[in-house]
Amino acid sequence: MGEIKLKPTRDGAGEAMAELGRKNKSVLVLSADLTDSTRAGWFKKEFPDRFIGFGVAEQDMFGTAAGLALSGKIPFACTFGVFASGRAWDQIRVSIAYMNLGVKIIGTHGGLTVGEDGATHQALDEIALMRILPNMTVVVPADAIEAYKATMQAAEIKGPVYIRLGRNPAPILTKKEDPFRIGKAILYQDGKDVTIIACGHSLYEAELAKEKLKVEGIDARIINLHTPKPLDKDLLLKAARETGALVTVEEHTVFGGMGSAVCEFISEMYPVPIKMVGIKDRFGESGTPTELLKRFNLMAEDIVKAVHEALKHKKKR
Amino acid sequence: MPAKPRPDIKQLKKKALQVRKDILTMLEKAGSGHTGGSLSLVEILLSLYHYKVRHNPKAPDWPDRDKVVLSKGHGCPALYAVLSDCGYFPREELWTLRKLGSRLQGHPQLGLPGIEISSGSLGQGLSIADGMAFANKIDGKGSKIYCIMGDGETNEGQIWEAAMTAAHYKLDNVCGIVDFNKMQIDGFCCDVKNLEPYAKKWQDFGWHAIEVDGHDLERLMDALDEADEVKYKPQIIIAHTVKGKGVSFIENQVKWHGIAPKKEELERALKELDT
Repeated sequence: MGEIKLKPTRDGAGEAMAELGRKNKSVLVLSADLTDSTRAGWFKKEFPDRFIGFGVAEQDMFGTAAGLALSGKIPFACTFGVFASGRAWDQIRVSIAYMNLGVKIIGTHGGLTVGEDGATHQALDEIALMRILPNMTVVVPADAIEAYKATMQAAEIKGPVYIRLGRNPAPILTKKEDPFRIGKAILYQDGKDVTIIACGHSLYEAELAKEKLKVEGIDARIINLHTPKPLDKDLLLKAARETGALVTVEEHTVFGGMGSAVCEFISEMYPVPIKMVGIKDRFGESGTPTELLKRFNLMAEDIVKAVHEALKHKKKR
Repeated sequence: MPAKPRPDIKQLKKKALQVRKDILTMLEKAGSGHTGGSLSLVEILLSLYHYKVRHNPKAPDWPDRDKVVLSKGHGCPALYAVLSDCGYFPREELWTLRKLGSRLQGHPQLGLPGIEISSGSLGQGLSIADGMAFANKIDGKGSKIYCIMGDGETNEGQIWEAAMTAAHYKLDNVCGIVDFNKMQIDGFCCDVKNLEPYAKKWQDFGWHAIEVDGHDLERLMDALDEADEVKYKPQIIIAHTVKGKGVSFIENQVKWHGIAPKKEELERALKELDT
């Protein structure tokens, strides 16, 4: 894989918000006291007049964002994923999604790799909480480059968009010139025996798993499903048909997240064995990001195990 | 802002009577809905739509309009009746309240002309009003945002988050109106969770507070005028109202919060309003 450069996905989104500020006067950035952590501060520095700080008041922030969107503005409301999706869920449901308003939600510190802050600060269920809302688009960029592109494109989408971002530096896996469209999944690496479907930080682990599997003679396909909603059904159906077994990987609970979205669709349209790598029915805890990924079985070797399981069932068919 | 001529009070009182009859008729036809908190809102809405608010029923999306945000969404039968009377949509549509496929949903939904926000989950409207007010300030628009809340609704913490935001950013283009009818579903507000000292609470949060008889059209218009004069501060009009106002057997009855009149009750109520 060559030399790996690291950059947090939140940085990509922060750069994009500042760039949007330069390009579009309708863009505003809202923050609930986590202005530096969410990178909302990069916009604030350049455009203080289009920045609104709320203090620790997420519900009010999302409601105000709705009022701005009803007045033709494009608000980006920034906070940690847990506080956006949990604390302000009803505000997002009624004041934003129900009215199909173009509020863009920047949810940083997603997943276990938040690390030492522990369970209250690790968003492990926000893909589920946001995905179940009608009108909502949910994007989980794999690296900072995708995070930049997703944030830029979110401004063009009419309805609400949730972007899940990470805190920790994460490997840069894509290039600036690579095509990226919200809603259009990416065939990241081709293969014929099984398909690993990953989003966010987990794409890197999927790539490591593919290399391990190669040694065993297993040719894995990798799909970067950066948009859990709306699903790119064509690419998923093709993978189910051509490889006959799927493994989903995400830094999120296996209940209701990206993996569940894949299961819901595939089980109805073209049932094949699916194994889900993700967080089981439990809360997070404190630890270093790497320690936590190991403890919660989200590493490449866990994906390899899941592939073996999936293939076992595939052979039984 | 040039002073607007006041509407003829006799005419407006006649309208209030008709709106009350419409509300009761709509609710009876719907078979469910919120009677008490709709009847208490009538004069507040009339003083807004027939005096203070710059709006155009023929162009509901006119960008320079003042906006009325009904945060206490369950009071929508009153709003629907007033909007229809203004000409936002045909009167016949009132009788479709709460029916399948109707634009008159059980709680307001964006899409019906004149409706500024979907609401129903309490406590959310004031933040939205703040957002609209921020946008007006940014765009240099002089139009104002009115947000109608219930007294029980202000149990919600988000209201006070929004109150702090409006005061902090000196959003003098936000005017809140509390339909202070002293009751909520579980009983009298003072028994469920005491709100007093109520005006002081708002003042302590940085608002200009005005207390007024919420069924006195003249005083309501005075209060709206007074609010316009306040600079650098959001304003709150605490409108003292009677839940179920206008019908003796509905007035001040906690049980009439969330029920609709039956046929014979409607007949009694209409007869009483006519005398």
